[in-house]
Amino acid sequence: MGTIVDLKNVKKSYGPVTAVNDVSLKISQGEFVVLLGPSGSGKTTILSMIGGFIVPTDGTISINGKDMTTIPPAFRPTVTVFQDYALFPHMTVSENVSFGLKMRKIGKVERQKQTAKSLDVVGLSGFGNRGVHELSGGQRQRVALARAIAVEPAVLLLDEPLGALDLKIRHQMQEELVHLQKNIGATFVHVTHDQEEAMAIADNIALINEGKIEDYGPPDRVYLQPATLFAARFMGESNIFSGTVESSEGGFVVVKTSIGNLKVPGECESGSNVSVAIRPEQLYPGTQTGEEIIDIGEVQVSEVTFQGTHRLCRTVNTKNESDHTILLRLPPEQEIKVGDVIPLYSKRSQAVLLKK
Amino acid sequence: MHRLRNIPSYVYLVLALSFIYLPVVVLVLFSFQDGVLPVFPFTGPSLQWYEKMLANDRLVESLGNSIMVALLSSLVTTVLGFLAAYGMARRKPRFAGGVRFVLMAPLTVSYLIIGMGLLITLNMIGIPKSLFAVGLGHVVINLPLCFAIIYSQFGDHLRNIDWAARDLGASDGQTLFRVIAPIMKPSLLASFCLSATLSWDEFIIAFLLSRFDVTLPVIIFEMLRAGLTPEVNAAGTMVFAISMLTIGITAICMFIAFRGKK
Repeated sequence: MGTIVDLKNVKKSYGPVTAVNDVSLKISQGEFVVLLGPSGSGKTTILSMIGGFIVPTDGTISINGKDMTTIPPAFRPTVTVFQDYALFPHMTVSENVSFGLKMRKIGKVERQKQTAKSLDVVGLSGFGNRGVHELSGGQRQRVALARAIAVEPAVLLLDEPLGALDLKIRHQMQEELVHLQKNIGATFVHVTHDQEEAMAIADNIALINEGKIEDYGPPDRVYLQPATLFAARFMGESNIFSGTVESSEGGFVVVKTSIGNLKVPGECESGSNVSVAIRPEQLYPGTQTGEEIIDIGEVQVSEVTFQGTHRLCRTVNTKNESDHTILLRLPPEQEIKVGDVIPLYSKRSQAVLLKK
Repeated sequence: MHRLRNIPSYVYLVLALSFIYLPVVVLVLFSFQDGVLPVFPFTGPSLQWYEKMLANDRLVESLGNSIMVALLSSLVTTVLGFLAAYGMARRKPRFAGGVRFVLMAPLTVSYLIIGMGLLITLNMIGIPKSLFAVGLGHVVINLPLCFAIIYSQFGDHLRNIDWAARDLGASDGQTLFRVIAPIMKPSLLASFCLSATLSWDEFIIAFLLSRFDVTLPVIIFEMLRAGLTPEVNAAGTMVFAISMLTIGITAICMFIAFRGKK
């Protein structure tokens, strides 16, 4: 699969404020890429630069091998689906969907065929004559999608398209987006601040913070082996133990933390400040020994929340009298109450060493 | 008890409204006078002065002139106001505040000064006093208001709609006239109607910039100079009625425009 969108050292500043700082990103043909990040991280600015609505201050953007850095949106093989859908309120659903075809001077018969096909793909056949105002939020979202795919873009850009929908429809639309993408084979670039949504739909996640890419890779890799401290914190919950490296040999480092020495995979110079990240679901109650096991010690439960699929416990480490709060997820059937003291262990291969 | 306490405010309301509308009521009433003078006592009603008015060729001709000037100048004003508002709202030019100030400033200049300025300028570039000159004058005085009305309706939601249209391949013209203008229709109509109303009963500029063909307010002024007759009242009543009608349409358009804005 070749590269379809290629950002090289792209920068965007507004006066003294840098929205996007030296971002390089290659997106392959047919991929579903999610730009994930907190609000104000610059993810929408990156999308707008790919779409052609914002011209970068520095760097180049090529699409399909052609330099598109300053080409206006109309002449790019991209179409954007906006957060507020940006449907044309004075037109019917069909008129909205066929607008792009009309602008491309496609004949009426072909236009009607394409429009009907696009509406069918998003499950809105028969809605063509409705006014935009008569539709629900989810239906408007589909019209926006149909309008975008009607012109068969090589790259579809989606700017938080599911943000305004309620949870149930959002989950359904996530699934449909993935199906749609695999169906039409276009490259999708999707912006969201919701890490669960990102993991559910992405082939690759670009995690963006303060105008920079923190991590780029498949969801499972980004979740399980985050590249940076920010990535570990942003992608779900994580227990972060910061400390200094005591020793490093044989592919393992020993990190001195507030809960004791942790030996985790990785390499790092002795004396450097690092963090160890362990997911709440990677902490297990009980005592185990072995080369594979990290002994966390005993913790006292300070708070328990039943969340259906698990019990989320807030605990305090008692081994070293540190007041480091440790989050863990216990199976729902395990009975536990505030004040209980339990031993915890984790698996060495699951702990992640974070150098920054 | 509640009602009693409100009595002073009702009295005040009636007094204020009478102060504003009594002259108009008197004007309208005496247009139906059955006698030669529009003074008490009222004798009538009679339509004889309306008959006389409609038989006055010069007056009927000026009525047509007024309508033409109002419609054409408002059309030009609305188009210019729309383009200016679009440019200001969408392109956010440098010194936007300064540009807006320059666009709005004519509102504060008296019609007399604008009329004089136009008279001198048009004379200099060789455009004679005419209905065309009057129309130009009306464009000048109405543009700030039309710009303000249309600009106020350019919400942020239009930014993405504008981007979407361009993204789908629409040119500048197509974006403006197929997408933005239809969405802005209520405020464009409101701006058109308001501009037409103001042009319709504008006197000073029409008086200064016209010569042979004149508008209705100029004719009424001439008739007034000749003396008070119920015919003047009839003409005035007609001007008032048509103004009210257009203002009514404007109000409805504004209502729709503001309701449509989220």
